[in-house]
Amino acid sequence: MSVSAFLTDATLCIGCKACEVACKEWNEVPADGMVWSGLSYDNTQSLGASTWRHVMFLEQPQTAGPQLANTKDPFRWVFLSDVCKHCANAGCLEACPTGAIMRTDVESVLVQKDVCNGCGYCVVACPFGVIDRRPDDGRAFKCTFCYDRQKAGLIPACAKACPTQSIQFGEIGELQERAKTRVHELRERGYHDARLYDPQETSVGGVHAFFVILGEPENYNLPPAPEAPSAYMKSAWASALISAAIVFAIVWLAFVL
Amino acid sequence: MNSNKASEERLDEIRREAADKTLPFGQGQGPATPPRQIRGREGYYGLPVVKAPVWTWEVPLYFFVGGIAGVSAVMAFAAQMFGRDPALTRAALWVAMFGAAICPLLLIADLGRPARFLNMLRVAKIQSPMSVGAWTLVAFSGCVFVALAANELILRGYGNPITIGISWAGEFTGALTGLVLAAYTGVLIGATANPVWSHNRRALPPHFLAGGVGGAAGTLELLGFLIPATQYLGFAAALAETLLGVHFELSRLPLNRPLHHGKSAWTFRIAGVLAGPGALLLRLLWDSAAGRRTAAVCFLTGSLLIRYAWIWAGVASAKDPGALFEAQRKARSSSL
Repeated sequence: MSVSAFLTDATLCIGCKACEVACKEWNEVPADGMVWSGLSYDNTQSLGASTWRHVMFLEQPQTAGPQLANTKDPFRWVFLSDVCKHCANAGCLEACPTGAIMRTDVESVLVQKDVCNGCGYCVVACPFGVIDRRPDDGRAFKCTFCYDRQKAGLIPACAKACPTQSIQFGEIGELQERAKTRVHELRERGYHDARLYDPQETSVGGVHAFFVILGEPENYNLPPAPEAPSAYMKSAWASALISAAIVFAIVWLAFVL
Repeated sequence: MNSNKASEERLDEIRREAADKTLPFGQGQGPATPPRQIRGREGYYGLPVVKAPVWTWEVPLYFFVGGIAGVSAVMAFAAQMFGRDPALTRAALWVAMFGAAICPLLLIADLGRPARFLNMLRVAKIQSPMSVGAWTLVAFSGCVFVALAANELILRGYGNPITIGISWAGEFTGALTGLVLAAYTGVLIGATANPVWSHNRRALPPHFLAGGVGGAAGTLELLGFLIPATQYLGFAAALAETLLGVHFELSRLPLNRPLHHGKSAWTFRIAGVLAGPGALLLRLLWDSAAGRRTAAVCFLTGSLLIRYAWIWAGVASAKDPGALFEAQRKARSSSL
């Protein structure tokens, strides 16, 4: 099978949350509470064990971007549907001690729920804060990339329900090209802070869900330089090895002296 | 795709409903007032970027017990090899065995699905410190059990080349796996996406090992082994804790904020004083059996609290996206 990817485009998103609804319904993801956050219309707030698509609402003092009618102040209202990045070098997958998290044939990252024993290590291994443990269930959950649908030749539920093609699904190379063209086009049309968020230069090594955004990645809680924990492994183990050798020597000395 | 027809129609319905009814601009809707605007390189309304650790009280306690058990096995081996102190070897092996018995219980209790604990041994992954740890614990328990069983047989008059050989092999492998057990927990939390943990990944393994050394020595002192070796080791561990405590206190980077502000910081400081200068001064100034026992209790308390403080620091760090952004921007600009 070919390599799948999501291209999520903030400049096309209208904040309708059809993706959140479709995802919940198709994947039978349980409700996880509702709070009035006061943060624009974002009462979802973040991705989590029971939120696999999350629509963000950014209110910014900018002129270039989706504008409101009847307002003179520079103000734009940007929306973006966040999702698991399905990293090329996935922290959660590397960390998983049971092998429950696996790489599929479409190169997505999948949690096998019949294997996961809820150790919680993937939760601290994800540089994007995507995967989490469901308190009542005990296991870790995240976006499945609708692997079941992909196997049946269908596109993921969120992409299918998106009314504006803000969520596009397809072959990774083709979507990367489309994203570059889109950013170029947006810049030509005066959206000078349009950019592609696709961290390839760090240890994450590229993602299977990239984003066209306006402004800084930080404003979308997208880490500017995400590192997979594998980047820290060498220095941490080296330190452990050296200090263990010192401890061995000190314990011997204590009994020789 | 007949079987999927209804669900596909439902997805179409969601899309139509979204397009028809909830276009915010089309409906003339504005943002919730008053607008809370995001400027410059601020994060997203200050919401966390990474998830906080979900581990409960069992995990830091496991770090503590595992460290003591691991270094006890090293002491058992060293006592046998150089000290020729059979009583200490025996007691240290029993401490290691007792620890090795408690550790799995703590780890299983923390699982979201405790009944599936055996899945930990479904695969062996060198790239996952959790997997390395699970296997190390299994190997350690086995080695220490063999060493202890052979040792007890020898003490009961079954000393022959076979039991002696087995006890040596068990003690040696127990010491090696014990070192891994006491050190890997620093890698376990250091090599993660948690900002304060990964930032301190080089200091964490020695910090946890020092706790294991002082903890093992202190436990044996409390069991009555007020010998020079436990005094030296208790002294060395308290010295290491003191130096590391100064190091953490002086690293004022934003990523270390959980070590300087809030609940985690105060736990960390109080624990650091108990295990570091507190235990050190007690050993230097109060040279008696009671003084050494007090120093041991002081160190054990501090070292246990330090592990809780590290977990709480991780929770606090996950809630501080500003520090994460600053560090990542710096890392990116220096790599360009």
